[in-house]
Amino acid sequence: MRNISLTRRGMLGATAGLSALTLGACGTSGPGGAGGGGGGDSASYWALSGEPNETIYGDAVNAFNEGDSGQVEVTFFQNDAYKQKIRTAIGAGEAPTIIYGWGGGGLRTYAEESQVLDVTSWLEENADYKNRFVESVWDAATVDDKIYALPQGATQPIILFHNKKVLGDIGAEAPETWEDLLGVVEKAKSAGIAPISLAGQSRWTSMMWLEYLLDRVGGPEVFAKIAAGDKEAWLDDAVLAMGEKVHELLEIKAFADGFESMAADSNTDQALLWTDQAALMLHGGWTFGSMKASGGEFVPSGNLGFGPFPTIEGGAGELKNLVGNPCNYLSLSSAAADEEIEVAKAFLQDGAMSDQVASDLIAAGSVPVIVGQDEALAASEDAEYLQWVYSSIQEAPAFTQSWDQALQPTDAETLLVNTEQLFLGAITAEQFAENMSTGKGA
Amino acid sequence: MTALSRESALPATGAGVERAESARSTPSVRRPREDRVKISHLLFVLPALLFFAVFALLPLVGVVALSFTTWNGIGAIEFTGLTSWIEALGRSSTWNGLGLVLLMIVATWLLQTPMSILLGAFLAGPQRYRNVLAILYFLPLLLSSAAIAITFKSLLDPNFGLANGLDMPLLKQNWLGDSVLVWVVLLFIISWQFIPFHTLIYQGAVRQIPRSMYEAAEIDGAGRVRQFFSITLPQLKYTLITSSTLMVVGALTYFDIIFVLTQGGPGAATRILPLDMYLTGFRGNEMGVASALAVMLVVLGLGLALGVQRLGGKDSAASQMEGA
Repeated sequence: MRNISLTRRGMLGATAGLSALTLGACGTSGPGGAGGGGGGDSASYWALSGEPNETIYGDAVNAFNEGDSGQVEVTFFQNDAYKQKIRTAIGAGEAPTIIYGWGGGGLRTYAEESQVLDVTSWLEENADYKNRFVESVWDAATVDDKIYALPQGATQPIILFHNKKVLGDIGAEAPETWEDLLGVVEKAKSAGIAPISLAGQSRWTSMMWLEYLLDRVGGPEVFAKIAAGDKEAWLDDAVLAMGEKVHELLEIKAFADGFESMAADSNTDQALLWTDQAALMLHGGWTFGSMKASGGEFVPSGNLGFGPFPTIEGGAGELKNLVGNPCNYLSLSSAAADEEIEVAKAFLQDGAMSDQVASDLIAAGSVPVIVGQDEALAASEDAEYLQWVYSSIQEAPAFTQSWDQALQPTDAETLLVNTEQLFLGAITAEQFAENMSTGKGA
Repeated sequence: MTALSRESALPATGAGVERAESARSTPSVRRPREDRVKISHLLFVLPALLFFAVFALLPLVGVVALSFTTWNGIGAIEFTGLTSWIEALGRSSTWNGLGLVLLMIVATWLLQTPMSILLGAFLAGPQRYRNVLAILYFLPLLLSSAAIAITFKSLLDPNFGLANGLDMPLLKQNWLGDSVLVWVVLLFIISWQFIPFHTLIYQGAVRQIPRSMYEAAEIDGAGRVRQFFSITLPQLKYTLITSSTLMVVGALTYFDIIFVLTQGGPGAATRILPLDMYLTGFRGNEMGVASALAVMLVVLGLGLALGVQRLGGKDSAASQMEGA
């Protein structure tokens, strides 16, 4: 009897232990997956899922594979899942040949560990290819004067969108100053409409407000210092003023009720705008395409308004300063075999940003990072928006890269944790600045 | 050889158990045979032991080793002694996560246990309609946690969720953005998902209780309530321990639902320790600290599981069945 009871107890203990251990195992054995592979003249390529990108780049890969320069195997991943998967894969030596990324601080960690190839000399040899891209894209691809990533896709500044119908109904106009903005909030509230749509659970959505507020208060130099590694710069007065502006917005309940429950991946923040339930929304330029795709008549009928983030009186930042993503980037894995790299380079030159991809991007409502698109943009059905974005980028005195991409990943996570706390009203502007300067997370 | 193979086939059946017991009752006579039984036991355990070693012990050793290093996930792994442990133990989010996971254990146990026992006892009845209900109750068990979380996230959306669909303003709450409401939501969903499983365990256990006990009680004049408290509940003691062990260890590993539903938010209101470990490791890229948290979780899990087993007394696996 004793014997059996021991065994059974041991079994239960073991079962219990196993469940706990499985958790522990997460620490070492992350998702490995279908990377690495290939072999022969084929290259693997991980990209982000979701339309319109999935179709555009899927088609680009298919078109390339029909030629005789080799095969590219593309796998699509969801944005947030990809960010964690790619890092684990690179750490485990299982990275795909072509690594999709955002440049900036994340790219720096890869470059410093020699996980991605230096393509500076390759670009010098292929000047035609390099010169196809607009000049502003190379900054975020450069680590210590060497280029580690190649631009891809569209330029995505953060834009203050508004619903023209709603603004008309409540008797307001697109805000150009902070006071204008507070006025719109007031009018929208008394009309029973959500002033500002914000998917607060996603955190980077709230961060976009911080990016513009800091720029408008202190100018682009404050974050430039922070991005260069000076954590003391978080203690700048402009950061405090930025945090206080957030508290000001929270006090007057400027954000849609329950914004803390909304997540950007379900696009309900955009839906709030195109269903005439919100007046304003600060979001990436990529939402133009998805609002066009999902919003029915909203975009075609011209109800979607767009403009720069308002200026703040006494602040150093100009109305034309932009924040956002210069574009996306593709890097080559240093773990890949030479044949795979050859195929990947051929794909980058002829497939990844072909003329077809550029015209597809324009049709989807975005501005590709390729020079000489003026005519194509003017001919597009979204010409007004696209030309505005295009000229904004060219005229912008400063284009600050999105903070979570400019910073090293660990600092970016600290930033997002504290951003959420700030928008929940759980910490003061001073605490935010202090936490960021000391790297205190959750 | 034939004797060995016959023996080795036995433990899989009920007869094997009896044989082992009788062997124990007269040790002096049966000792050689007992030795052979042990060898065959070992052979049977070997495959499981191998799996356990490769997939559980080995990674565990790796995690323990990593907890004494500093590693960002892609660079070189640096041995830094206790640095990661000091950071893990010094962070407020570790203690917050630990507190929340203990709250989770207590709250889910208190919610699920009475409901599961009552439902299990109810569904153990022979009536046909109870079988139909049983099938309905068990449906959530068939769904994956991620699917459940995504569905509830849509239903709870403050603008386009259930409140909007049913036109019931009362349901328009800041479900996932309020640090108290979010716990109500989480506990509800977890109970909804896992009560069916524990109900199944209790249903089986109640059906095992000999009818004769109830018949005797009826003769003594005990009513249904009295029967439940005096026969059903005491007879379920060891099932309760099994179920509680699963609940407690399960609560330690709730991750998927919370990860999809809240990502630990709002703020750190639902950032329980396992989630904190994941976010620290894979978002914050601090693998050393995350490994230290993982080791803490393993120790906590084993400790709790053994503790719950202890509650059942030394012979916790002994049968209470009549005649056993």
